[in-house]
Amino acid sequence: MILIAEIIVSLFLIGGSLFALVGTLGLYRLRDTMQRMHAPTKATTLGVGGILIASMLYSLLVKGEVSFHEILIALFLLLTAPITANFIAKVYIQGNMHRDDLPETSAAHGWAVYDDPPSQPRK
Amino acid sequence: MIGFALVFAFASFGIGLLVTLWRIVVGPDSADRILALDTMVINVIAMILIYGIWIGSHVYFEAALLIALVGFVSTVAYCRFILRGDIIE
Repeated sequence: MILIAEIIVSLFLIGGSLFALVGTLGLYRLRDTMQRMHAPTKATTLGVGGILIASMLYSLLVKGEVSFHEILIALFLLLTAPITANFIAKVYIQGNMHRDDLPETSAAHGWAVYDDPPSQPRK
Repeated sequence: MIGFALVFAFASFGIGLLVTLWRIVVGPDSADRILALDTMVINVIAMILIYGIWIGSHVYFEAALLIALVGFVSTVAYCRFILRGDIIE
């Protein structure tokens, strides 16, 4: 029984670390900044999720305790990864692209990098 | 069995840390450097979790949560500083 639990935990550990390694090697391998932004924000977050699942299973199956700290860390990482990617894309657009290269937005206001934010109506 | 998996995970995250360090040094744009710093924070969180599994302690999860919070706030502050020249307007 303990052997099966250890095999499951080891599978999650190795799978998670392989995902994270592939995501981080994408940071080395891909050509453009906009391409490079995809690898770490998705694959590495998924790899850390695998490590967190392995940690929860280890404390549940091997040590016999239920632990909920990992869910907090996983939720926080999954919530903050898109915000980080959005900010990094904004930094790249502001530094490397001209205003004419970008397509028109379909909203009433333009790109948030160049235009001022729309003024809020006063109540 | 689980010791081998822990050593493998440590090695792969260590390689990941070296790659992100190379990207921080070389990276042609400041967006690359911010991205590499964020990836480095995520790798460090995973290494702390693996160390917590290794020695069987629950103390390190608090440290990992704190590092996740500080890493997110520092990434957003760096991006805001480059975008607007100010962090809190």
